[in-house]
Amino acid sequence: MSTEETERGPRRTNPESPPNYNFSSRSKLMSSTSSSQLVADKHVRYILMAEKKKESLESVVMDHLRMNGAYWGLTTLDLLDKLGTVPEDEVLSWVMTCQHESGGFAGNTGHDPHILYTLSAVQILALFDKISILDVGKVSSYVAGLQNEDGSFSGDIWGEIDTRFSYIAICCLSILKCLDKINVEKAVAYIVSCKNLDGGFGCTPGAESHAGQIFCCVGALAITGSLHHVDKDLLGWWLCERQVKTGGLNGRPEKLPDVCYSWWVLSSLIMIDRVHWIDKAKLVKFILDCQDLDNGGISDRPDDAVDIFHTYFGVAGLSLLEYPGVKTIDPAYALPVDVINRILFTR
Amino acid sequence: RTLDRELGNMDTDETLPLSQRSEWSDVVPLTQDDGPNPVVPIAYKDEFRETMDYFRAIYSSDERSPRALRLTEETLRLNSGNYTVWHFRRLVLEALNHDLYQELEFIESIAEDNSKNYQLWHHRRWVAEKLGPDVAGRELEFTRRVLSLDAKHYHAWSHRQWALRALGGWEDELDYCHELLEADVFNNSAWNQRYYVITRSPSSGGVEAMRESEVSYTIKAILTNPANESSWLYLKALYKDNKELWISDPSVSSVCLNVLSRTDCFHGFALSTLLDLLCEGLSPTNEHIDSVRALATEEPDTNLANLVCTILGRVDPIRANYWAWRKSKITVAAM
Repeated sequence: MSTEETERGPRRTNPESPPNYNFSSRSKLMSSTSSSQLVADKHVRYILMAEKKKESLESVVMDHLRMNGAYWGLTTLDLLDKLGTVPEDEVLSWVMTCQHESGGFAGNTGHDPHILYTLSAVQILALFDKISILDVGKVSSYVAGLQNEDGSFSGDIWGEIDTRFSYIAICCLSILKCLDKINVEKAVAYIVSCKNLDGGFGCTPGAESHAGQIFCCVGALAITGSLHHVDKDLLGWWLCERQVKTGGLNGRPEKLPDVCYSWWVLSSLIMIDRVHWIDKAKLVKFILDCQDLDNGGISDRPDDAVDIFHTYFGVAGLSLLEYPGVKTIDPAYALPVDVINRILFTR
Repeated sequence: RTLDRELGNMDTDETLPLSQRSEWSDVVPLTQDDGPNPVVPIAYKDEFRETMDYFRAIYSSDERSPRALRLTEETLRLNSGNYTVWHFRRLVLEALNHDLYQELEFIESIAEDNSKNYQLWHHRRWVAEKLGPDVAGRELEFTRRVLSLDAKHYHAWSHRQWALRALGGWEDELDYCHELLEADVFNNSAWNQRYYVITRSPSSGGVEAMRESEVSYTIKAILTNPANESSWLYLKALYKDNKELWISDPSVSSVCLNVLSRTDCFHGFALSTLLDLLCEGLSPTNEHIDSVRALATEEPDTNLANLVCTILGRVDPIRANYWAWRKSKITVAAM
């Protein structure tokens, strides 16, 4: 691990975390606030300031995935009931400038369309209850067009295949109420072909079970009403084995715990109705210990540098753990339940 | 901060900012409109933004020239996560019919700084696919190098699995897995790869044919360190379609007993494996009963499976709810 020195003391950047995400150097002053509570206001301020700091190096380097970053930030704000603090029109008009002729959305203006950013764009619109501004036919055709013969999905025209994209396509089309545009049976069959003997799922058939991929596969199966393909007891065991002594969750056997797995593992456990197999109190404590109590934001593990990605997953994890003051999040759609209900129960 | 460059076909003034290089004097850089009130930029951020501005210009004009190729390289060295730059680079590579063996080298040099991004690996696959079986060895070598720095690198393993399937080279793969497991018997990726080889290699007879040797291999690994989730899972996987064989195979039963009789290690996985065996119908011997009772601090339960669950709730307390549920599920068959 490297240490970024700041005037006020170091907060480590962790090379194991996804690259480009750990740029903030924050410090942990001697604080009177104990980490036994969620400093929600500080996280709100952190997110709003990150949105404004468009000239920061972090922002410039993450330029191409701004749509993901916006989804993480905005969903966190909504979970903390602060979505109203964001200039809605500005956000929505920027989102729409990212849409291409093909119907797909890019990570930012001037970038190419990709299924990743298309889902984030749709999710952002859902947060603001503005799906109606979309040409739903166009977006759904873009997504449906990425399904392959074997039922798998590519990320874009360049053909990368990964079960992440299966989840993204299914989640997106479900929100748009256009699941019938794809071959759901084949999509499910492909996902099932990625199931391993430990009950988990990988990115492609035979790939190692990984909590992130498991979330994607279980989420996709949940949305399509296909959870009977999951051996819930077997997978539940594998998932609860992710909890380490410190209370945090890792993504694979013998790896370090990371706050983002508070989402991937936890939402999977909830979808298969086995969340009671982990020690929830210990996990809550682990997440809270990952907060920067002074400047806001949450990191991958205690004392590391914070970023938007982990801030979202930490708060979303706390939502799944029913932490007071955090709205309920849907484990399959990764959006607040009131947002999903609004969508699913209208029209 | 200066930007270091490998001197390829680059212009001699490449260490100057792009706006000062004669080669780029005909191009108008396109800036990103990020709104009002920008923070005062700092030096290296200037170079970054300038490079991106020039990239936007050639991307917008769709210029697929040698200098465009060089510019994508500069841009990727600053930010290898930028997927649009990778896309455009592919278009330029195709337009120029560029040497793809050189491209493999380029990717390797980017990977040296940061190999944890999807874009780099997908680009690698795109190139390797075009070059075909000739590069089978090279892809295995490349992934081996990456794995030598991080033996659980998910992208590297994914690429390696693809390369084996698409280009071949299975012959030494089990040996390679062994090499990794000797270095770290806890490497779950390597255990997964063993299973991948025995089930998918065209020259493997499948799990049936490989079971005996793999069971023997796994038992050695378990005895090296019984606190290893991966090795116990792998052992069970070898009997996936044959539960009768799993409960009747003496080597499975005896590795549990062996571990349970040791005082120097974690017993959790041995206990949970024994629990699974009992629930599948294994008739416990006196040896089983005695070795479990020896670990019990609690009132000895006449139901062995029950007792195992009780002990597990104590030695693995973070999963107490799971062990309580297992206990509740014990049927008459396991008594």
